[in-house]
Amino acid sequence: MGQTIVEKIFAAHRRDTPTPENIILDLDVVMCHEITTPIAITDLESRGMDRVFDPDKIKAVIDHVTPAKDSKTATQGKILRDWARRHKIRDFFDIGANGVCHALFPEKGFIRPGYTVIMGDSHTCTHGAFGAFAAGVGTTDLEVGILKGVCSFRLPKSMRINLTGNLSAGVVAKDVILHIIKELTVNGATDRVIEFVGPVVAAMSMEARMTLCNMAIEAGATCGICLPDRVTAEYLWPFIKDEYESLEVATTHFKKWHSDPDAIYEKELSFDVSGLVPQVTYGYKPDEVKDITDMEGTPVDQVYIGSCTNGRIEDLRAAAGILKNRRISPQVRGILSPATPKVYSQALEEGIIKIFLEAGFCVTNPTCGACLGMSNGVLAEGEICASTTNRNFNGRMGKGGIVHLMSPLAAAAAAVAGHITDPRKYQ
Amino acid sequence: MKEFGGKVLFLDRSDINTDEIIPAKYLTENTKMALQPFILEDLKLGGFDPARDVAGKGVVVSRANFGCGSSREHAVWVFEVNEINTVIAESFARIFRQNMHNCGMLAIELPAADLDRLFGLGGEVEIAVDLAAGRIKAKGEREAEFSFTLNEFDRQLVEAGGWLAYADKKY
Ligand code: SF4
Repeated sequence: MGQTIVEKIFAAHRRDTPTPENIILDLDVVMCHEITTPIAITDLESRGMDRVFDPDKIKAVIDHVTPAKDSKTATQGKILRDWARRHKIRDFFDIGANGVCHALFPEKGFIRPGYTVIMGDSHTCTHGAFGAFAAGVGTTDLEVGILKGVCSFRLPKSMRINLTGNLSAGVVAKDVILHIIKELTVNGATDRVIEFVGPVVAAMSMEARMTLCNMAIEAGATCGICLPDRVTAEYLWPFIKDEYESLEVATTHFKKWHSDPDAIYEKELSFDVSGLVPQVTYGYKPDEVKDITDMEGTPVDQVYIGSCTNGRIEDLRAAAGILKNRRISPQVRGILSPATPKVYSQALEEGIIKIFLEAGFCVTNPTCGACLGMSNGVLAEGEICASTTNRNFNGRMGKGGIVHLMSPLAAAAAAVAGHITDPRKYQ
Repeated sequence: MKEFGGKVLFLDRSDINTDEIIPAKYLTENTKMALQPFILEDLKLGGFDPARDVAGKGVVVSRANFGCGSSREHAVWVFEVNEINTVIAESFARIFRQNMHNCGMLAIELPAADLDRLFGLGGEVEIAVDLAAGRIKAKGEREAEFSFTLNEFDRQLVEAGGWLAYADKKY
């Protein structure tokens, strides 16, 4: 019987099968940030279990609130920093080198096809873009991951989404995933892995694939996953060039993870993206999605461009294309947070930062900050934000604030217009 | 083993997310106990007042997709420190459900029709869970009994007192 990519990864990492429905997996990477890890560290310490299974397989970053905004966040950073030093975790990223975890870790080449990855963060599913099984977990799973290098999962059911057709100008991966979440609903993929396939995915960059997989959790999925191909190999090439003779060899090797033609899916869906227009959310759930043309004119107070969904160089380039030689509306506060130092310096080199500044944006350091309403752009009661992030939950970016999720193009257009508008008008 | 049950807090809505259960701004706390006053602070539910409605409850009863969104285990801990030991819902988000069992707490799924009956019992409802038998006894103005199944591994975790204790022994 054929296997899906996730079934192959599970078979290659199986440590134990406590019941026929459950599996204990060996982990290749355990990722940590300063919001959910410090409490795991202090708990392990208090139990006399302050150990790590393998310091080289643990990656840690301070990204959610950085620089620290108060004593409590400074303490969280300190706990993580001290722990990383104590256990000789080499891949620890502190201020100056830090960036949003799900943008930074792929950039460092930490994620490879066929890997198993966990993090105490729901958007860990982003890393499935590399053909890895990557899942968000809570603090207890993280503790066990740190201590033992294992994690428990139920055997996943797979859902295959075949994306066909051609994206029109001004329509991007964010619009595709918002549309898919609308179709699946917020729990349509719970306990499922979503395998994204088809010509549209094959033509996407790694950045776009990460945007796609990043929001799989918003449909409840354990992980989103793309089949590793030449695009994957090219992205990873600086890190794997000593392991493979050529890109072709690497690409062929990655194929061993591809789902078999006779693999069994619980559900197969197909979307033709050709007619898709820019999308936007309207309510407090990420499946409350409309065509942006139906929201035309909704005023906004703040525009936020950044996050693990859309804070990468392609996203900044796209937004800058609209902002160039334009000023943002005086009604709007524009905030850009390039997701990593590399994205930031690339944007500097390409003149993108200047475009944002001249348009009237504030440019912050790489951080999660505003995305989860903790710092660097928290909303006031009743304020509306056009945002490139992934969650529009009540209170997400500040108590009483309202968030409309959209692509970087649409966010830039909203900044210029002062209200939600069709970005295709500005191209 | 721990007893599961208590007076019921009914939250009659689907898709209650972990940002609503405990907003991100409290994730800077480094002890579970510090979370206690902020339970369900941002819950969007007409007529619900956390300051008035939570005290003395041991069980939360809700609808579909409970605990979706962020992976924060704080959402489980804030229940734990408010002495809520069980959540009953039509379905759960994966991470929340796993966090509950990892902490030795119970996340029980019941079909929508059973939940309708539970929501309709009237008066102050109290629940007793018999984990071994997979039965729930509920008593309000009327009484009702329900049976449930728990994933076998989740049952083992709850019985072991959580995943850390289980994994430390076994791996
Ligand atoms: S950018 Fe937002 S969604 Fe992504 S990891 Fe940070 S807080 Fe979470």
